[in-house]
Amino acid sequence: MDLLSPIKDHHSERRLFIGRVALTSTIGILLLGVVIARLVQLQVFNYEDFAAQSQGNLYRIEAVPPIRGLIFDRKGRVLAENLPAYQLELIPEQVDDLDNTLRRLALLGLIEAEDIPRLKDLSESGPRFKPVTLNLRLSDEEIANFAIQRPRFPGVDFRPRLVRHYPHGAAVAHAIGYVGALSKNDLARLDASNYAGTAHTGKTGVENSFESNLHGDVGYRNIVTNALGRQLPSELADLFESLPPNEIPNPGANVYLSLDLDLQVLATEALQGKRGAVVALDPWSGEILALVSAPSFDPNLFAVGMSTSEFAVLKNDLEQPLFNRAVRGTYPPGSTIKPMLAVAALETGATNLKHTILCRGYFMLPNTTHRYRDWKPEGHGVVDLHTAISQSCDVYFYELSVKIGIDNIHDYLDRFGLGRVSGLDIGGEHQGLVPSREWKRNAFRHPEDQRWYHGETVIASIGQGYMLATPLQLANAVAAVATRGIRYQPHLVAAIEDTLTGQRTMISPTPLDDVVLKNEDHWDIVIDAMHEVMQGLRGTARQAGLNAAYEMAGKSGTSQVISIAQDEEYDEEEIDERLRDHALFIAFAPVDNPRIAVAVIVENGSSGSRVAAPIARKIMDAYLGYGSNATQ
Amino acid sequence: MRLSDTHRLISSKAEPYGDFVHVLRRLNIDGPLLGGVLLISALGLVVLFSAVGEDMRLWLSQVARLGAALATMFVVAQLSPDFLRRWTPWCFLAGLVLLILVLTTGEVGQGAKRWLNLGIRFQPSEIMKLAVPMMAAWYLHDRQIPPRAGALLLLAVIIAAPTLLIARQPDLGTALLIAASGLIVIILAGLSIRLMVALAALAVPGALLLWKFMEDYQKQRVLTLFDPNSDPLGAGYNIIQSKIAIGSGGLFGKGWTNGSQAHLQFLPERDTDFIFAVLGEELGLLGVLSLLCLYVFVVGRGLYIAVQAPDTYSRLLAGSISLTFFVYVFVNTAMVTGLIPVVGIPLPLVSFGGTSMVTLMAGFGILMSIQSHRKLLPH
Repeated sequence: MDLLSPIKDHHSERRLFIGRVALTSTIGILLLGVVIARLVQLQVFNYEDFAAQSQGNLYRIEAVPPIRGLIFDRKGRVLAENLPAYQLELIPEQVDDLDNTLRRLALLGLIEAEDIPRLKDLSESGPRFKPVTLNLRLSDEEIANFAIQRPRFPGVDFRPRLVRHYPHGAAVAHAIGYVGALSKNDLARLDASNYAGTAHTGKTGVENSFESNLHGDVGYRNIVTNALGRQLPSELADLFESLPPNEIPNPGANVYLSLDLDLQVLATEALQGKRGAVVALDPWSGEILALVSAPSFDPNLFAVGMSTSEFAVLKNDLEQPLFNRAVRGTYPPGSTIKPMLAVAALETGATNLKHTILCRGYFMLPNTTHRYRDWKPEGHGVVDLHTAISQSCDVYFYELSVKIGIDNIHDYLDRFGLGRVSGLDIGGEHQGLVPSREWKRNAFRHPEDQRWYHGETVIASIGQGYMLATPLQLANAVAAVATRGIRYQPHLVAAIEDTLTGQRTMISPTPLDDVVLKNEDHWDIVIDAMHEVMQGLRGTARQAGLNAAYEMAGKSGTSQVISIAQDEEYDEEEIDERLRDHALFIAFAPVDNPRIAVAVIVENGSSGSRVAAPIARKIMDAYLGYGSNATQ
Repeated sequence: MRLSDTHRLISSKAEPYGDFVHVLRRLNIDGPLLGGVLLISALGLVVLFSAVGEDMRLWLSQVARLGAALATMFVVAQLSPDFLRRWTPWCFLAGLVLLILVLTTGEVGQGAKRWLNLGIRFQPSEIMKLAVPMMAAWYLHDRQIPPRAGALLLLAVIIAAPTLLIARQPDLGTALLIAASGLIVIILAGLSIRLMVALAALAVPGALLLWKFMEDYQKQRVLTLFDPNSDPLGAGYNIIQSKIAIGSGGLFGKGWTNGSQAHLQFLPERDTDFIFAVLGEELGLLGVLSLLCLYVFVVGRGLYIAVQAPDTYSRLLAGSISLTFFVYVFVNTAMVTGLIPVVGIPLPLVSFGGTSMVTLMAGFGILMSIQSHRKLLPH
């Protein structure tokens, strides 16, 4: 480099240096000017904005959830309540050795060993002061167990919270529904601000449909917080400006159901080990007295929360315990539609009291060879309308159906509420199906499929083929027969009670279009025959009607799940349980002054009169105050 | 020469102060610089008391650190510029060795290797804050000014070596400051303006290269600068809260120890890197401008000392120390007000912490030494 020692010119060097100091100083002053301009911008021009923001940082509004309203049955028994449950919590900042603590808790059985990694992760991810829930529900034994050990677990404690509790669990699950953890989807349809503090919301049943009544109004509480969201002691809060007033939450309304817990329990027991449904209602108001779908599930599992695998077991269960058969299950109604069909036949003049046919065990359409068989292979002999109903002669109705025609059949069944949603106040209904020519034209794409065949009318007359009905629809239909055409919308909720004022608002029955007949006597003909079914000498369900202190009317139905080939015999023993016939029964009582209408279905129960009818009898006995299960 | 006139004027003006000035001179202490530094430190302690949450124990520990730092300044002021110059290469070499040691055996703290434990725990990068400008000034001392290309190349190595070592720790903020202190020496030595513009132009591809080597958290800091609201609870949080704190202070502030942002822990790093926001919130624009005035006074006095310095080494070193101090102030205030990305640089003489304060005071000691030993040299 510079081998020649350079001669340093001190004066020019100093001049250069001073010039550079001037340059850098100028740059420095410019930079400082930028900072000062920024400070003026922040502190003078944007002052109000930032002042407001700092105030917003200071206090936080915390939502206080309202207490959910209770649900009672018609006799004031609690069906859904809020119980304090103790949950085990861990405050990460107070725990010295997280791994060790969790391991020892697992040894005590307070947490699952397999949950440790998840809980550890949870404890380390959130704010250190925020409690982490280790166990949602401690049993009394666990609480006692932990209480002794508590000094050994600094930072771990149990805390009460309110948990929805259904004391009668599975027996009322399908009617009341359940609450579950509030999800993003729920928030999309609910008023998010009103649910700011709420953790659970109704998912199905009454809990869902009457959510707006049960939930109540959220309250607010102002708390002074620091940046970490930690609440500060109130003395410190006083130091800061006065805060907007707190608002106490409004508790949710109590809901009184028309449901009778005794009938629920009775029906649940009757359907024990079976798949099926029972719907009972008061024909003069539409009040649902019992709504049971079996098998059922424990709604408390949803309220407390279950793991994904637990839910999967429930959801994938072949017996479909979560499926509400009473309102969503659709079944071929079988012979249970015969009373309604008889009304149609009488009104359209297709038959009268005197008209008889000879039943030989089968029916053939003119110019065809297909035999539509009666359930009784040897035939019923000479049959009039009364006998056709009481002994359930299929051939009689096969013949009538051709005379009435499918469109009239559809029209009359529709008036009884079949094939349409009844408007039950918990929703979720399936509308079932009553076929007609119009329906078939719209339901199928290919022209050859759109044509209606006479044979389809024939099988529709015994509630087979396309025809489908829900247990609720059948109950509604038999109720309309019981009232001689007066119809009400079925409903579960009878009254809503304001928790603060104690004021009850009764839900008045909603009338539906009545079934008006040209000749009122036609009701008597049909009801007499239905009475004969249960209490006549040759009624199909006379076994179920024995030794009754009151008069009852009913109709059995046994509907095919599979079709039987022309020359084959239906052999119960040989057929897979799942392919056996469904057992149905509809009934009402007392005949003169109907107070209860019932529909029962037992899936693959084989025989309506032998399997379903006794269940209907038990329900009626209990409700009317007779027998060992009397409820009054 | 006009500046010599000014100098004579100031010297003659110094006479009326009498004995006190005399005592300071004998102790090699520069009165105005000491005054400025003490005023900044005093204001700093006032703000810090509030920023540490009125914790007397923490506050007293900072007072003790300030005492130790002032003592260091006093000791360094006694070392003559010639002595400093002779020891400069050894000092620099020792610093380099320690930096390599940090990378190989250093202690990890907050995800970075910055500390070395040799009996006492310290950050070798602190040594380099002074050793780099000293070394650059030493190298240029008896070479031609402005430096030629070859000299520039070697200077680049002198600056780059410690910068890269510190950037690897990683401690990007300190690395950039150390590079700046060396660069300032070269600029003051008369680096041609044309070359400076060319280097500035090179900064664009350089920045892209730097981006490649940045840690994710560093990239995040740059990205959130441009849009802090994009991640208001994450990386943008510091900047948002700090702006709210300063802005809500207004002209006169919320009053000492009454800053809600600072006291309710909205403001992160309130007693270290973000203490300027506490000052802005509690004492307002007035308090902030007062502090900036004090800084400007100290930097100005340092530059005055540099201009007065008799030789190349002292002149460049004094200039670099003063301007680097200004860079500290600028980077910290610009970062806290959201003008530049968050780089971990404390507010000099105010932020909580001892290490950087000792280094700063040692720097002021050097300035004082240069000023007070000047009279011994011929004009």
